[in-house]
Amino acid sequence: MLWEAFMLAQRAIRRNVLRSSLTVLGIVIGVAAVIIMVTLGNGATVKVAEDISKLGSNMLQVRVGQSLRRTGGVSSDAPPFHLEDAQAIASQIAGLQAAAPMSIKPMQVIYGSENKSTSITGTTSEYLTIREWKVVQGRGFNEGEERAGQSVCLLGETVRKALFGSEDSINETVRIGKLAFKVIGLLEAKGQSSFGTDQDDFVLIPIRTFQRRLAGNLDVGSILVSAKDGVSTTKVKADIEVLMRERRNIGPNQADDFYVRDMKEIIDTMTSTTKILTALLGAVAAVSLLVGGIGIMNIMLVSVTERTREIGTRLAIGAMERQVLMQFLVEAVVLASFGGLIGIASGLGIALLGARLLEMPFVLNIGVVVGAFLFSGAVGIVFGYFPARKAARLDPIEALRYE
Amino acid sequence: MLQVAEEKTNEDASQMIASTALIDLRGVSKVYGKGQAAVQALKGIDLRVPRGDFVAVMGHSGSGKSTCMNILGCLDTPTTGEYFFEGVAVGKLSRDQRALLRRHYMGFVFQGFNLLQRTSALENVELPLIYRGLPIKQRREKAREALAAVGLSNWEGHTPSELSGGQQQRVAIARAIVSNPQLLLADEPTGNLDSARSKEIMELIVQLNRERGLTIVMVTHEPDMAAYALRQVQFLDGQIEWVQTF
Ligand SMILES: Nc1ncnc2c1ncn2[C@@H]1O[C@H](COP(=O)(O)OP(=O)(O)OP(=O)(O)O)[C@@H](O)[C@H]1O
Ligand SMILES: [Mg+2]
Repeated sequence: MLWEAFMLAQRAIRRNVLRSSLTVLGIVIGVAAVIIMVTLGNGATVKVAEDISKLGSNMLQVRVGQSLRRTGGVSSDAPPFHLEDAQAIASQIAGLQAAAPMSIKPMQVIYGSENKSTSITGTTSEYLTIREWKVVQGRGFNEGEERAGQSVCLLGETVRKALFGSEDSINETVRIGKLAFKVIGLLEAKGQSSFGTDQDDFVLIPIRTFQRRLAGNLDVGSILVSAKDGVSTTKVKADIEVLMRERRNIGPNQADDFYVRDMKEIIDTMTSTTKILTALLGAVAAVSLLVGGIGIMNIMLVSVTERTREIGTRLAIGAMERQVLMQFLVEAVVLASFGGLIGIASGLGIALLGARLLEMPFVLNIGVVVGAFLFSGAVGIVFGYFPARKAARLDPIEALRYE
Repeated sequence: MLQVAEEKTNEDASQMIASTALIDLRGVSKVYGKGQAAVQALKGIDLRVPRGDFVAVMGHSGSGKSTCMNILGCLDTPTTGEYFFEGVAVGKLSRDQRALLRRHYMGFVFQGFNLLQRTSALENVELPLIYRGLPIKQRREKAREALAAVGLSNWEGHTPSELSGGQQQRVAIARAIVSNPQLLLADEPTGNLDSARSKEIMELIVQLNRERGLTIVMVTHEPDMAAYALRQVQFLDGQIEWVQTF
């Protein structure tokens, strides 16, 4: 009986191709929207995760304050780190590749008539190791420069371009605040991060220079650490926490006034945002699917009215109520599922194109594809039921007389 | 449900076969509407139609012919009185049971043909067999036979819009007889046709009556058409004025 209903339905649909196509358009667009949103959203999530792990998935950052804030801002009452903290971590924690102290201050860099606002980052040459950042011209800090806190700097590509353009910059002198710094090296260009920030917009100077000349204190903003390959960052994180609690005299019942973030955590934070966004966009798109369902109901109602005589004939010939109901219900479901299939195909096509254009990975989510298909079928049932019931309950005599 | 209707029919029929006609209307009345607006379309009709009979129903417009046909066709039930079809009291059956009765025992021919548009003649004729649950091969075969019986073997693939009125009515007749019914109900089957076409249709109906023993009740306004029948029943204001047997 279901097969018969299916045959009747596809015959009825083919009898009016144009209208059937217009009817399913709503569903097509709805399903396509869901597929596009979710697929691109998943792509974005994966890209963010990939980009962050490119920063070094074995990287950890020790910060002042409480992790709950996650703002990275220094908590007012928590004491800052010092160079000794970074040294202690480097020498006492097992399985480390390197540890680098880091302080950042936004300032202007001036060369001749050009100037550029950028982040001045005080650190040690370990920083370059941890971030796997190459010096493409010139050299990095030497030990003497670091220990003595000399006024030398490495330029990020963006800063170099802004100040020097096509001119040579090595051994030139730039001004940061009131101080003159000698450019000793240029850093490899890394481009935009996935959060849209320019990674090359910074200047590196030795940390001691930063402390003495720019900050006027011995504070260190944060400590960047990288574990050796194959060493668990969770273990390193726990070890650092024990060490820092000891160094900062935090009692057993006291809360930490610092926190260690590993990359996994950062990835989770960042991807959870894109995941929520994906879900939201998907939900909005799903609403448009419902609107498509209303379109189906509308056309099915018109179709029932238009085919009143046909329904009357069927009833007179001996069709039972539920057979007529089934016929129209199946017709609605076939229409909706067909729309769903077209929507899935076009949605995947557009998503593939979009992923190419946005340089994101194309992440096929079978669950969403199957879900969208089932959902479109369900839309057919829900919105087809009322018109189908209307058809089934028609009085055959009146239906036969209907003009 | 099908089983129930069939068993009931068979059981009752075997008990009463000697005493009952195919159709037995006993004091059938039909009232439309309520209170002030009530219209009494039928006022106590008694009519017996034995198997193999061919009855022409005549009467003025509004005299209750179609109302009576709807009751005979189990599309409607009497307000009072009883309708026995093969001894089964139709008034006690549910809507679905009446549908099954129509499916298995009755064929309908309408004034306006009521064929499915944009559907081939063959598929139109197949329709009742679909509801009978016949497999496609048998359906095709029987539908072809029925079309051949009405002389339209060469028109199987044509849709109603490609057929003349007379041909369309032939397709409708093929559809009505394809399931081998006991009773053929025709409400003004020639109402939309010219006299030559009407004559052809009437000859076809007479042939079905003679050769297949099909019981036929037909409404018509035209005495010429009524003359083909074995009996004429004249309606007047919801009552039977006279019955004439030839
Ligand atoms: N559904 C209905 N509701 C109310 N009144 C109705 C209904 N159907 C029929 N009637 C009334 O019942 C009476 C008989 O109608 P019926 O259709 O049986 O006449 P008829 O003999 O078939 O007429 P015609 O020759 O014009 O077809 C008429 O007065 C009609 O107005
Ligand atoms: Mg009438």
